[in-house]
Amino acid sequence: MKNLQAELKESIIEQLNLEDMEPGDIKNDEALFGDGLGLDSIDALELIVLLEKDYGIKLTDPAQSREIFKSVNSMAEFIEANRTK
Amino acid sequence: MQQDFYIKDWVKIKSGKVFNSKNEIFSSSEKDLNTFLKSMYDFLELKYPKFHKMDNLSKLGILGTEILFRGKEISADTALIFSNNASSLDIDKKFHESISGFASPALFVYTLPNIVLGEISIKFKLQSENAFFVSESFDAELLKNYSESLLTSGKAPEVLCGWLDLENEEYDVFLCLVSQEINIPFSEENLKKIYFAENEKPTGRT
Repeated sequence: MKNLQAELKESIIEQLNLEDMEPGDIKNDEALFGDGLGLDSIDALELIVLLEKDYGIKLTDPAQSREIFKSVNSMAEFIEANRTK
Repeated sequence: MQQDFYIKDWVKIKSGKVFNSKNEIFSSSEKDLNTFLKSMYDFLELKYPKFHKMDNLSKLGILGTEILFRGKEISADTALIFSNNASSLDIDKKFHESISGFASPALFVYTLPNIVLGEISIKFKLQSENAFFVSESFDAELLKNYSESLLTSGKAPEVLCGWLDLENEEYDVFLCLVSQEINIPFSEENLKKIYFAENEKPTGRT
């Protein structure tokens, strides 16, 4: 799980072009949207693409994404339970 | 009553060099466009993380506007009248490449040339008239007439107008800020004179 969290932080920075950030700047339980990392709606779509591309998870219910993308921890938990690759 | 308008300041970004109406303000021998844009961002000491998510046309627009607006009091009604030849072709091609795998939403949102006007409006808090024209080549008459119409009708106290073109990593930017403040007369002739000066290879079909 620890490795997955570190991997996710690197992927998020690369995929979302968070140029001025390092993996160490993102806390595992920090909010990704709103007051935390300040990601926006396009970033949310990119994260959905990331789940499918890297872990073979296709989100069918958009309402799920609110819980899944709460933090790196919640993303990692969801990926562990649902990954197909 | 006939009103006169003037080019308050202008900026040109071309072949690694950046000029304004006074002097050369930045130059780089960097050939890679992304690296060049990042070095300009660092040079201007911009602190705007959203910049890194933008397409290159928007980055050029933000950098040019920053140079023109910096240190000036800019009205939220300042209009934006831009033009180019290649439209959003640079990002259109990148998006097209991405759809063979997983289509990127972050690329898709930039597949219109006028998105740069939205990015500039957000960054500089403008709530104004804007238009983006796609022309065969630099059209001084169009820029002059459209800008002047906004200024004389009172829809905008100032207009930022010009050419913002990007194709195959080749960029050609000429933006000028037009107002009633006495400076270089805002005329087709002067627009052409400034745009074509030291511009051996203007973009678009001539």
